[in-house]
Amino acid sequence: MYLADSRTTPDAPGTAGRAQRAGRRAAAVVPGTVLALGTVSLITDVSSEMVTAVLPLYLVTGLRLSPLGFGLLDGVYNGASALVRLVGGRLSDRRGGSHKAVATVGYGLSAVCKPLLLLVHSLPLIGAVLAADRTGKGLRTAPRDALISLASEPAGRGRAFGAHRAMDTAGALLGPLVAFLILRAAADGYDAVFTVSGCVAALGVLVLLLFVPGHHGGPRRTDAPTSRHETHVRGLLRRPEVRRLTACAVLLGLTTVSDSFLYLTLQRRLHLSESWFPLLPLGTAAAFLLLALPLGAVADRVGRRRLFLCGHLALLGAYGVLIVPAGGTPALACLVLVLHGSFYAATDGVLAAATADAVPEAVRGSGLAVVQTGQATARFVCSIAFGAAWTAWGDRTALGAAAAGLAVCAAASVPLLRPAAPHTTQEDAR
Amino acid sequence: MARLSRRNRLLVLVAAVLLLSGLATAATLHAAGRAAEKDRAQAGGPPVRSGTVTLDAPGRSVFRNMAWGPHRDEITSVSTADLGGPRTASGIRCLRFHTAAGTGICLQAVHGRLRDTYRAAVLDSHLRELRHYDLAGVPTRARVSPDGRSVAWTVFVSGDSYAGTAFSTRTSVLDTRTWTLDRDLEAYRFFLDDRLHRASDLNVWGVTFADANRFYATVATGGKTYLVGGDREARTLHALHTNVECPSLSPDGTRIAYKKRVQGASSDAPWRLYVLDLRTLRESATAERRNVDDQAVWRDGHTLVYSLPGDYGSDLWTVPADGSGKPALALKAALAPAFTGRS
Repeated sequence: MYLADSRTTPDAPGTAGRAQRAGRRAAAVVPGTVLALGTVSLITDVSSEMVTAVLPLYLVTGLRLSPLGFGLLDGVYNGASALVRLVGGRLSDRRGGSHKAVATVGYGLSAVCKPLLLLVHSLPLIGAVLAADRTGKGLRTAPRDALISLASEPAGRGRAFGAHRAMDTAGALLGPLVAFLILRAAADGYDAVFTVSGCVAALGVLVLLLFVPGHHGGPRRTDAPTSRHETHVRGLLRRPEVRRLTACAVLLGLTTVSDSFLYLTLQRRLHLSESWFPLLPLGTAAAFLLLALPLGAVADRVGRRRLFLCGHLALLGAYGVLIVPAGGTPALACLVLVLHGSFYAATDGVLAAATADAVPEAVRGSGLAVVQTGQATARFVCSIAFGAAWTAWGDRTALGAAAAGLAVCAAASVPLLRPAAPHTTQEDAR
Repeated sequence: MARLSRRNRLLVLVAAVLLLSGLATAATLHAAGRAAEKDRAQAGGPPVRSGTVTLDAPGRSVFRNMAWGPHRDEITSVSTADLGGPRTASGIRCLRFHTAAGTGICLQAVHGRLRDTYRAAVLDSHLRELRHYDLAGVPTRARVSPDGRSVAWTVFVSGDSYAGTAFSTRTSVLDTRTWTLDRDLEAYRFFLDDRLHRASDLNVWGVTFADANRFYATVATGGKTYLVGGDREARTLHALHTNVECPSLSPDGTRIAYKKRVQGASSDAPWRLYVLDLRTLRESATAERRNVDDQAVWRDGHTLVYSLPGDYGSDLWTVPADGSGKPALALKAALAPAFTGRS
């Protein structure tokens, strides 16, 4: 258990020299508040991935329901969760920063959903509970990332986000394991899985309430005062830095093939056995977990936007391995998964850190929400387009098209990601 | 909260951890106790003894025994003439099972160290495993062709999306003479209104065989379900009729028993048991008015057997295929039946 104490983080630096020292210190040590938020995410992911892991089994063997058609609602949920995310970001910026309050509501809503699963036994109601769970997730994402960015020194933000994402992924890996151990101890004990999941989620909310400071005691930024109209989304997008970052996230998101399609292609192209299939996401997650912190630190050194772009080159490499006919060996599968995991490690937290650089404190939550929603929406569009391309042309040609698109978008992003000359602060230039 | 001292915050945390872990432990122990209960035979339940189960002995009903006790989930046989009589358990556990002409297909769970996996085991008439194949998801349907040569199975696949809720089916067909396996029937060419139809949302499930090569199944695409006629050699699926799920071909090959999604029923329990005449495409309802979510089995040319939820998970019921009569309870605590020695 990591414990955070806001009082140990340095106060607003008075002189440039102190700022630099504090910056170097923060770059080397992940702030307590970030570790606390990482712990909250770890615990919450254990809770939610426990449920995700047993849900199909529960529906088919526990409730004897036919889970087909469940996916039909996915599109609706995705649209709604994008909207919820924007709302969450916007609400969290109100009254000088209610990030903690909005995050608590989001985590709390998801926590309440776990015991509710004990009470509902029909597909529509289960779908409703899962939708509420996702609403909670949508609400909390932007304020949580805002809290991380506000609690860390600008110079160490990449590392801070990397640490958070590593802890988050560790939770996602542990969750299914915990669920399995419960079902091992108690055959058909789905109610026990949901109860334990609820308890774990409650603990996450409690850690958030107890150990994450509400009004960040972290260092103050030296941003120019924000005019009132800039707190709106439109105002945010008027800032060239934000506009260009969002454009890149959208552009690259449009050519990011969804995980499920990538795994499906991987299995088909490399002729993997069926039993490997459920293990593929674990491979990506393991690489993400191991690389998130080191790549976050690299991002602090070489520049977040540069690494964000390099991450997409790793994805391009994964596409390449799948397109070139090289026969099926486990080593190639591992290579694809490592590239896929590095892609996440070099882009997920790094994008949030880069966004934080470009968005003033007063609208941090909204800014993070705008960029992330843009990316998520673009990826959703990509998965629809990729599905159509797959149907029309087959997996290899579809992936070839995606790779070509990604290469073009990455090239187009190079000038967009170059830091703007006016009003850049020191950390922007890095 | 913010005003609590560090020591008090830790105290609150420790107290909460104790409380929550107590609750979690209690829930797990309760569920474990309930699971252990299921391993003890219940008074008044059907008598089950260990013994030899063969798939070519005539006049036997072979099924997954759901009655609590040490033989729960085992492939079990009972005399078809006396379904309430003593059951003989084989010691082989299956989630789904079917047999015809001495070939058995058993979809079973494999309990691993860190996770459970599933596999399809092809069995000979003495329930010896001939080959087994890893499965990508939770088993749902299994069938053997009347001559015992071809077998098919369907699983639900969901592991392909990170924290997603999208489910799909995967249906495989295996030739037990050549051991060629078509892993995914979605790779077959699907013809809708005699035109080749391409779609990424295609799902296939619930195979029922006419012979070793020809079969029927359900295809779902664009929010509709179709009865399809399939051909293993030609690798094709042809849509024949709409709104048909989990078809089951009659022994004479003229009718299909299936679950039909009926209008006005709750979205929770939308299916009724119907029979389709393949020549006239005329649908007729059976006397069973309850929701049926099963791939029915023909006990003979005029009786359907299907599963309904029961005290032990599932009971088997029968109803005449021609729409007459009334549903009747045939076997308590049983699932996935097959009837041997049928001509």
